Amino acid sequence: MTTPCISTPMSLRVEGVTVTYPNGHTALKDASFSLEAGSICAMVGVNGSGKSTLFKSIMGFVEPQKGSVRIAGLGVKEACRANGVAYVPQSEEVDWSFPVLVRDVVMMGRYGHMNALRISRRADREAVRQALKRVGLLELQERQIGELSGGQKKRVFLARALAQEAKLILLDEPFTGVDVTTEHTIIGLLRELREAGHIILVSTHNLGSVPEFCDQVVLINRRILAQGTTSEVFTAENLLQAFGGKLRHFRLDDAPGSNPLVLTDDERPLVLGHGGKVEDKGDPSES
Amino acid sequence: MMENPYAHDFLREALWVGWIIGTVCAVLSCYLVLKGWSLMGDAISHAVLPGVVLAYLAGLPILFGAFVAGMVCALLSGYLKANSRIKEDAVLGIVFTGLFAFGLVLFSKTATTLHLDHILFGNILGLEPGQVERTLWTGGLMLLILVFLRRDLLLLCFDPLHARSLGMRTQILTHVLLALIAAAVVLSMEAVGILLVVAMLITPGCTGFLLSPRFEWMMLIAVASTWVAFTLGIAFSFWLNASTSACIVLVQSGIFAGAWLLGPRHGLLWRRQVQRV
Ligand SMILES: Nc1ncnc2c1ncn2[C@@H]1O[C@H](COP(=O)(O)OP(=O)(O)OP(=O)(O)O)[C@@H](O)[C@H]1O
Ligand SMILES: [Mg+2]
Repeated sequence: MTTPCISTPMSLRVEGVTVTYPNGHTALKDASFSLEAGSICAMVGVNGSGKSTLFKSIMGFVEPQKGSVRIAGLGVKEACRANGVAYVPQSEEVDWSFPVLVRDVVMMGRYGHMNALRISRRADREAVRQALKRVGLLELQERQIGELSGGQKKRVFLARALAQEAKLILLDEPFTGVDVTTEHTIIGLLRELREAGHIILVSTHNLGSVPEFCDQVVLINRRILAQGTTSEVFTAENLLQAFGGKLRHFRLDDAPGSNPLVLTDDERPLVLGHGGKVEDKGDPSES
Repeated sequence: MMENPYAHDFLREALWVGWIIGTVCAVLSCYLVLKGWSLMGDAISHAVLPGVVLAYLAGLPILFGAFVAGMVCALLSGYLKANSRIKEDAVLGIVFTGLFAFGLVLFSKTATTLHLDHILFGNILGLEPGQVERTLWTGGLMLLILVFLRRDLLLLCFDPLHARSLGMRTQILTHVLLALIAAAVVLSMEAVGILLVVAMLITPGCTGFLLSPRFEWMMLIAVASTWVAFTLGIAFSFWLNASTSACIVLVQSGIFAGAWLLGPRHGLLWRRQVQRV
């Protein structure tokens, strides 16, 4: 049996997706956007704006009442079965006391490549090893997953996505509770994947790092407020609209010459210069 | 000198049956504990009572009635949870107590040759002819399914979203797990009874969880602890002339307590020592 695989270039089209949960809450309304191969897209919005919900409908975990999702021209089910989609969960959603080792979790990324009994072959073990090596967890592979630091925990699931070899990767808040070194490791990896033609969708509250590595931005608050390249969309005006006053922002009037605008959604702040354009990519080692 | 209980044929047969149902329940308990479904075993086991009585009245096989009632409980709870604001544990509590009460009323209003205490507490020392074979075949089939699905079920418990993103049919898998629980309850009903089967579906998994950070080991420990529990439990009940299923459960609880106190990594004593150093 050959492993199912998507051969056409990856693309993601979300069209008119509306999701209403059984309790009657409409988490997403008429959301549309699209992405092409080789891009990293930031999904930015307040808590409860529907980021995780959007991810879940891209994976077919929640069924939209209206609209459709096409992945590389395929429906969600077909794309998933062809190992097209990988998901890196929000840390809070993982049961860290679960009795599995780091290696076991990464091996779960290979299940789609295995037969029904999920017996690993040499290629699977090799893919797991490579993935662990790329995220720098090779030495820790025998640990139970709860016995890791916050940053290492994030990388376990990133390694699983790498081992899965999916062309569309969804990362739900990969930077919360992560130090600068780990953040840079993750960003470096994501850039490599972009070069290899992957589409990476990142939900994040870490506004400061968005201009650093994302070429696309989707602003979301139950509906899509804006989508486009980072320089077009990631402006003070748009962000203030997306966050509707829930953003901490202040002008540094003391700064000589210019008076940059600082926006923060509680994590790394975004520093904007005149006209609300991205000015400082905010070297994190200084902050 | 104490007499060797296993010199008697009927006790050896009881032990065989115990080992088989114990193995099936122990394996399942690992998944239940990890999925946070301990209450589900409790619920399904209580809910089989009306099924037993109704099947008896309708002249159908009793085990079939029990299985159907167990599944009705599981599916009804799932449906209620998805369509109301009430949390899962509360929904389960409502559904299974309701079904159990219904079963009790039915039972008291119908003249049957069924023994309520055999349904509630089992009768492993009074097995009918052919029951060893029947248990062996059913239990064997269930174990085969569990071996076949072991990795998929583990992934379902650990990360259903990832399972879904691999294109796995998580809904069907969930229902298979529920059906296996119901079948395990039915399988154990005649031997240990519906009140104590829940211990078989929770305790071994917890013991294994305490003692090992790896799922494979957790499962082996769970199964081994169940074998010990049945072997010693039946012997104790013979020596003390006490309720068999209660003795079995008591040994199992004892093993759990031992694991909690003495076990490595998570054990109480071990932790004390680490703190002192
Ligand atoms: N299973 C569910 N049932 C009912 N409502 C839900 C469910 N999951 C999420 N919601 C609601 O849908 C809305 C969107 O939730 P979602 O998890 O998508 O937000 P988010 O953008 O990921 O937020 P965060 O930044 O906190 O992760 C919220 O109001 C939430 O309460
Ligand atoms: Mg979220």
